[in-house]
Amino acid sequence: MWDILVAQLTQNGLITSFVIVGVTMYVAYMLSAKLTKGKFHGSAIAIILGLVLAYVGGAATDGGSKGLASIPMFAGVGLMGGSMLRDLAIVATSFGVDLREVKKSGLSGTVSLFMGIFVSFFIGAGMAIAFGYTDAVSITTIGAGAVTYIVGPVTGAAVGADSAVVALSVAAGLVKSILVMTSTPLFAKIVGLDNPNSAMVFGGLMGTTSGVTAGLAATNPKLVPYGAMTSTFYTGLGCLLCPSVLFLLMKGIYG
Amino acid sequence: MVIYGVALLSGCFLVGKVTGSWLGAAIGVKANVGGVGISMLLLVIVCDILIKKGKLKQLSQDGIGFWNAMYIPIVVAMAAKQNVIGAIDGGWLALLAGGVATVVSYFMIPVISKLGQGTKVPAIEEPSS
Repeated sequence: MWDILVAQLTQNGLITSFVIVGVTMYVAYMLSAKLTKGKFHGSAIAIILGLVLAYVGGAATDGGSKGLASIPMFAGVGLMGGSMLRDLAIVATSFGVDLREVKKSGLSGTVSLFMGIFVSFFIGAGMAIAFGYTDAVSITTIGAGAVTYIVGPVTGAAVGADSAVVALSVAAGLVKSILVMTSTPLFAKIVGLDNPNSAMVFGGLMGTTSGVTAGLAATNPKLVPYGAMTSTFYTGLGCLLCPSVLFLLMKGIYG
Repeated sequence: MVIYGVALLSGCFLVGKVTGSWLGAAIGVKANVGGVGISMLLLVIVCDILIKKGKLKQLSQDGIGFWNAMYIPIVVAMAAKQNVIGAIDGGWLALLAGGVATVVSYFMIPVISKLGQGTKVPAIEEPSS
């Protein structure tokens, strides 16, 4: 009986994930309406519930790295939440974007990309130094991890970092991504994140596509395409700057 | 037909992804540079032209609209597959490096936003589509 059920759920993984996500969202929107009278968005609660499921999945499989999708029965969640469908859905959100808004934010969007990479890199590098790292390779790799969890390992591989340091840089990037997902609705009002221009700046500063798009979805879904537009350039630019200019700079200081 | 919209969306997606990968290869990085952003701009421009010419019927638009509406559920699935354990295992250095970078970046938003102008978007009403 149980075996047959598990086999069916596994074989039809993507469909299973539709049901799991549907139920999660229903619970989240109900909690939002009943407990917070709609003040805390249902989508924000749904994302937090998703992260809780990811923790449970990772814990149940002794540290599986794919969250809930680490459990074979729920592997379909990995396909549904993977980069293929996520990027397709992000592109679909641009249906309704006002190009005039994008043009008006060209300068601030570009500046935010460079500033975002520099600020995150130097803070990550500074933390590495504070924790006692003294070699340019490790400092650069951890700094790159604070940029995004993709830039970290790419940079680490390019400059020849130790695998423990690479793992640390991935962890720093994951912390950033998860924190942006959950904290954007809380910061939105304070920092004026309520228009396409500041959404583009936000995307450029944070850069983590998963964090930015989930954070904006939980704040105001209309802003998602603007944030996504800039953040999609961030990881590539980070992979360009960190192992080159920024590594040479660190090498100049720390030998 | 609905598939026309889905095919248009997917076509723009692929063109953007390929262009982004070429761009990455051209500047020598192992990453896609702006692929999704390029796809988005392409879709906006192509749809604008087609709608003005009356070539994109409502049903075709619904094909794009479906994926637009699936966006938040997909993001929830994405959250559910994050390596939360890995983030916690990184210890204090990872928490501080990622956490401080995030908080400082938030407070850069109002500073850099001054370089451009945006029209305020009205807040959404729950439940969203």
